[in-house]
Amino acid sequence: MGKVLVVTSGKGGVGKTTSAANLGVGLAELGQKVCLVDADIGLRNLDVVLGLENRIVYDLLDVVEGHCRLKQALIKDKLHGERLFLLPAAQTREKDAVKPEQMQKLMYQLKRDFDYVIVDSPAGIEHGFKNAIVGADAAIVITTPEVSAVRDADRIIGLLEAAELYDHKLVVNRLRPDMIRRGDMMDLEDIDDILAIPILGVIPDDESIIISTNRGEPVVANMRSRPGQAYRNIVRRLMGEEIPLMDLQENRVIHWLRRFVGGDGNY
Amino acid sequence: MLEFIGRLFGGFEGSKHKAKERLRLVLVHDRASLSPGLVEDLKEELIQVISKYMEIDEEGLEVNFDQGDDSVALIANIPIKNVKRRVKE
Repeated sequence: MGKVLVVTSGKGGVGKTTSAANLGVGLAELGQKVCLVDADIGLRNLDVVLGLENRIVYDLLDVVEGHCRLKQALIKDKLHGERLFLLPAAQTREKDAVKPEQMQKLMYQLKRDFDYVIVDSPAGIEHGFKNAIVGADAAIVITTPEVSAVRDADRIIGLLEAAELYDHKLVVNRLRPDMIRRGDMMDLEDIDDILAIPILGVIPDDESIIISTNRGEPVVANMRSRPGQAYRNIVRRLMGEEIPLMDLQENRVIHWLRRFVGGDGNY
Repeated sequence: MLEFIGRLFGGFEGSKHKAKERLRLVLVHDRASLSPGLVEDLKEELIQVISKYMEIDEEGLEVNFDQGDDSVALIANIPIKNVKRRVKE
């Protein structure tokens, strides 16, 4: 039996979909069998982040309404063959078209066939969010070091606990070491002080994320990218490895050298 | 410019302190309103404790959060009906 992880945040635009895609690809690269589920009905995007937008025939709603079999709706990833699949969201329907019981059943079906099922939750705390966390074994809460994003993350954590989903960890996205050095951005310690949940990883803000999204190839597979390394570390932590969080206050010379040779830092 | 000079002499705190402080305050409110049971439980226990010392008007008891510029306070308004006479033993 596999594990269902829901990627959620409350606030929109903090990197949920990008993170879900990268975790999925990263786990598949380590040999896990992964299904990515886009639960953002009406605003699907996981397909474009993965570069699979042209292959969609059926979607999640077709499956739960019985218009097709689950296997027919699953889209095989370009590079990872039998290890990575996407179940796309319906684009033309409302969020409340899916019922929680249907989601629960779907998650159970997927868990039997995959090592990891990663659900990309919609922003907000309404129906779509509630559907996305049904059947989840653990939650990954994405935030950025901004007041609004941390506030919404706090609320989401409260709602996860109210739903008895106590296995939740935090990913802090778009950290800027230069701003932290100046004292103009909250660092991990500050965010940990406030939210007090385990930190699964930090992703530095970097243009390679946008470039990889432009191409439809998640950054985790890019050995030269720092966010890519950060996602690889998160994936290994998910698999139970202990990898320390990196001190972001690194020397500039080392930073440039690292960018030049594409080595790995721990994030 | 002032900021720059402040930084130069090390006395200036970056904007993150402001962010953290504001977050802390707003979360006091958010968390309290997210768990409506919290205030009710608090009221009940307050009544129990205070009743040991004085007779209070339980109906008139009010507990609220009051948000100031740089603090949040718990304000309890507890009408007293009678104070018990306490005899030292």
